[in-house]
Amino acid sequence: MRNHTTRAWRYPLVMTALLTLVAACGSTATAGVGVATSTPAASGSSPAASGGSVTLVTHDSFGVDKKVLAAFEASSGIKVTLLAQGDVGVMVNKLILTKSDPLGDAVFGIDNTFASRALDAGILQPYSSPLAANGSEKFAVGDARLTPVDYGDVCVNIDHRYFAKAKLAEPTTFEDLAKPAYKNLLVVESPATSSPGLAFLVGTVAHFGDSGWPAYWTSLKNNGVKVDSGWTDAYTVDFSGSTGKGARPLVVSYASSPPSEVANGVAPTSALLDTCFRQVEYAGVLNGARNPAAAQKVVDFLLSKQFQAGVADQMYVYPVDAATPLPSDWRKFAPIAAHPESIAPGTISAKRDGWISAWSDLVEG
Amino acid sequence: MTTLSTRPELVPQTAAARRLRWVALTVLALVPLAVFALFFLYPVGALMGRGLVNGGRLDLSGFGEGLGRARFRRIIVFTVGQAAASSGLCLLLGLPGAHVLYRCRFPGVRLVRALVTMPFVLPTVVVGLAFRTLFAANGPLGSWGWDGSLATILAAHVFLNYAVVVRTVGTSWANLDPRPAEAARTLGAGPVRAFCTIVLPALMPSLAAAFAIVFLFCATSFGVVLILGGSRYSTVETEIYHQTADLLDLRSAAVLSIVQIVLVATVLAVAGLLRRRTEVTVELRRSAGTARRPRWTDLPALIVTGGAAVLIAVPIAVLVIRSLQTPDGWGLANYRGLADVASGNVLLVPATTALGNSLRIALTATVLAVLLGVMLSVVLARRPRRTLSRRLIGAADAVVMLPLGVSAVTVGFGFLIALNSGPLDLRGSALLVPIAQALVATPLVIRLVLPVLRAADERLRQAAAMLGASPLRVWVSVDLPIMSRALAGASAFAFAVALGEFGATSFLARPETPTLPVLIGRLISRPGPANAGMALAAATLLAVVCAAVVLVVDAFSSDSAARWGAF
Repeated sequence: MRNHTTRAWRYPLVMTALLTLVAACGSTATAGVGVATSTPAASGSSPAASGGSVTLVTHDSFGVDKKVLAAFEASSGIKVTLLAQGDVGVMVNKLILTKSDPLGDAVFGIDNTFASRALDAGILQPYSSPLAANGSEKFAVGDARLTPVDYGDVCVNIDHRYFAKAKLAEPTTFEDLAKPAYKNLLVVESPATSSPGLAFLVGTVAHFGDSGWPAYWTSLKNNGVKVDSGWTDAYTVDFSGSTGKGARPLVVSYASSPPSEVANGVAPTSALLDTCFRQVEYAGVLNGARNPAAAQKVVDFLLSKQFQAGVADQMYVYPVDAATPLPSDWRKFAPIAAHPESIAPGTISAKRDGWISAWSDLVEG
Repeated sequence: MTTLSTRPELVPQTAAARRLRWVALTVLALVPLAVFALFFLYPVGALMGRGLVNGGRLDLSGFGEGLGRARFRRIIVFTVGQAAASSGLCLLLGLPGAHVLYRCRFPGVRLVRALVTMPFVLPTVVVGLAFRTLFAANGPLGSWGWDGSLATILAAHVFLNYAVVVRTVGTSWANLDPRPAEAARTLGAGPVRAFCTIVLPALMPSLAAAFAIVFLFCATSFGVVLILGGSRYSTVETEIYHQTADLLDLRSAAVLSIVQIVLVATVLAVAGLLRRRTEVTVELRRSAGTARRPRWTDLPALIVTGGAAVLIAVPIAVLVIRSLQTPDGWGLANYRGLADVASGNVLLVPATTALGNSLRIALTATVLAVLLGVMLSVVLARRPRRTLSRRLIGAADAVVMLPLGVSAVTVGFGFLIALNSGPLDLRGSALLVPIAQALVATPLVIRLVLPVLRAADERLRQAAAMLGASPLRVWVSVDLPIMSRALAGASAFAFAVALGEFGATSFLARPETPTLPVLIGRLISRPGPANAGMALAAATLLAVVCAAVVLVVDAFSSDSAARWGAF
């Protein structure tokens, strides 16, 4: 028995070793932890005294420069706590489920495919930002509860090198994608599991109409369209124009993806601007916010020049503020679609599930 | 000494001592069960209640409708089928692996043991992408035509869970006294016959446990099925996510959750039955002598294990190779990028910070899981004579396994709506993530520790008691040393599970303290070679850290794998 007991003593040793390791990593960790909830050191005023604190619920793709956020906290005296809650759908559903006892005071990231669900569930309260006149109004849905903050276009991306090498004319429209010349070249995401997939489906519904889109998708299917479950594997595994060097030169992605592929000042890919569906992302003040006045200030912050200037680099979307310049790569390689497809959020909400199940029956059979 | 033949206790206990022991055992059982009730049963029940209670009344019509849908029936059949096939394959490949890696002694055996554990912590999205890269039309194995097929799902499940079988079965095997099998050989039995009649029956409890765990992991597989199945295959898990997260159809989600729980309970019941039927008090070898040099009879096992090792090494190699590819050729730029990943972005932190978060949270989760697991194991190991007590123990045994089989989205959404008021308002608490991870790891701790406790000879405890030791003293000097062998292994296992846990974490992680898997998830959903490269570098880092932890634990468990657990 003695033998066992001695060995048992080694066990705390392992844990001590691990603890030391963790403590070593932990010391670097604490340096980074404070960032999202950092209190303004520069202002010298206590945030609680002047502006209080606001919890901003966001989706996982939210991004803001630490310095920009810290500057806002310093000038407003509002302490901002970020609460990322999954993708757009998960975030909206969580807010609906916790409606009576909201997760935060303000929300960013509800898009036009989920806008009506959020509005119908009554999770938002009206607020019109004085900064909306700078460009945000242009994207408004006519409901003061949703303030447009940014927008992005979901479009088919094309790998120029493939078409040059194959000596094949590049497609430009939805209709082209169904032509025999482009058989087995397109990869899309499933609208059931992916938000760009859903956006592309809604784009085709907008383009071909409620009666015409099934026939279009039948022709896409016959033309060998590949359906992946999400953007990551479609773009990084199957698309030939990115890291994976996949087999297909056409992929459903964003108009803002090409600048990320730039090498030596040249973008090997670009977006087909006639195949775009416009996604608009909104912010709003949550019903039941503990601090609605400060929450409104946070919505204003999202429309401020400082925040708007960062949305391209941070979130790969376009700022709604008309005066905000785009990064130079974007001006060259991510032009904005002139005539994107769009459908009223109410229609999308009402018909989304029906479209998806009809699409599943049609394409996945 | 006349009581010897009629009562198992050699020393007549006083009424007070008996009462004390009873109180102690009750407390040991109630604390972990209360934690399970509060952080698992209550949130999950609350979410399902939303789906099933309509206007204050229980509405079960959803079952008829749900089970009447051909889509749901197809999904249920597919879930069971793929999980059974995956865990069957895991057992077939893992049994020879357990033999080679725990009974044979050869240079590098520990390294191989660490290698096969690496996949276990990889985020499933990374595993999914690695397999897709392998089998995609242009991929290295594209000519096999496996892309989007069931075969890739099964292969990925074997890749991820091989270590569960090897380690669960291997640990038992290493503790097994080799002499009965050797005696059988001496008496003329062939290797196959000796294995089937002596070794296999002794391994049955651990085989049943391994099968149950792998089955549960595969039945609730989310990322792998989603990515590798394209949009063609769905499991109950992916469908619960779809119904909850995309459609907010809590009624259908509740129906599917209950189907999933019934499924899980059935598997656990069958495995438990098999385990109990085959559970015997075995002579545990505590010497290092069970591992030996490979013989020619080990050749088939060596070949199978070598094949499995290659199967596991190839996707990892794909991962490592891609992490070394940069737009400017080969190099370490992706790893350097990890140090200051998107330094301006508030939701992205340097990988070292994320790794620190991961390690800290995983360590907390491990401590919790080991505490809960040991408390429960001590209680569950008892074999009371009363039927009621035996049934209660059986029920508790089943309940604590449930977290392995309940959807992460159900638990995550349940936390949100259940833990939201008064002293229970824990929605923003930093403890939720380690608690959620501990709930998943505790069943694994129990499955590794419990067999050892149950197999231990009761006579040791009786002898100690007879020599005058108090119950606590008996536990410290008999149970703890016996258990400590398995405990180290279980801790490493729990640590690996917590380190790689993504499902529950992604629902609960606080944005300012992302774990490494969460960071990888965020990086991988951004365009551009820099982000993809850094995600793969971070995944490689995670796998290496896991392997290092396993190697350290193996090294601390001294020269022989046969010693204390040897996870």
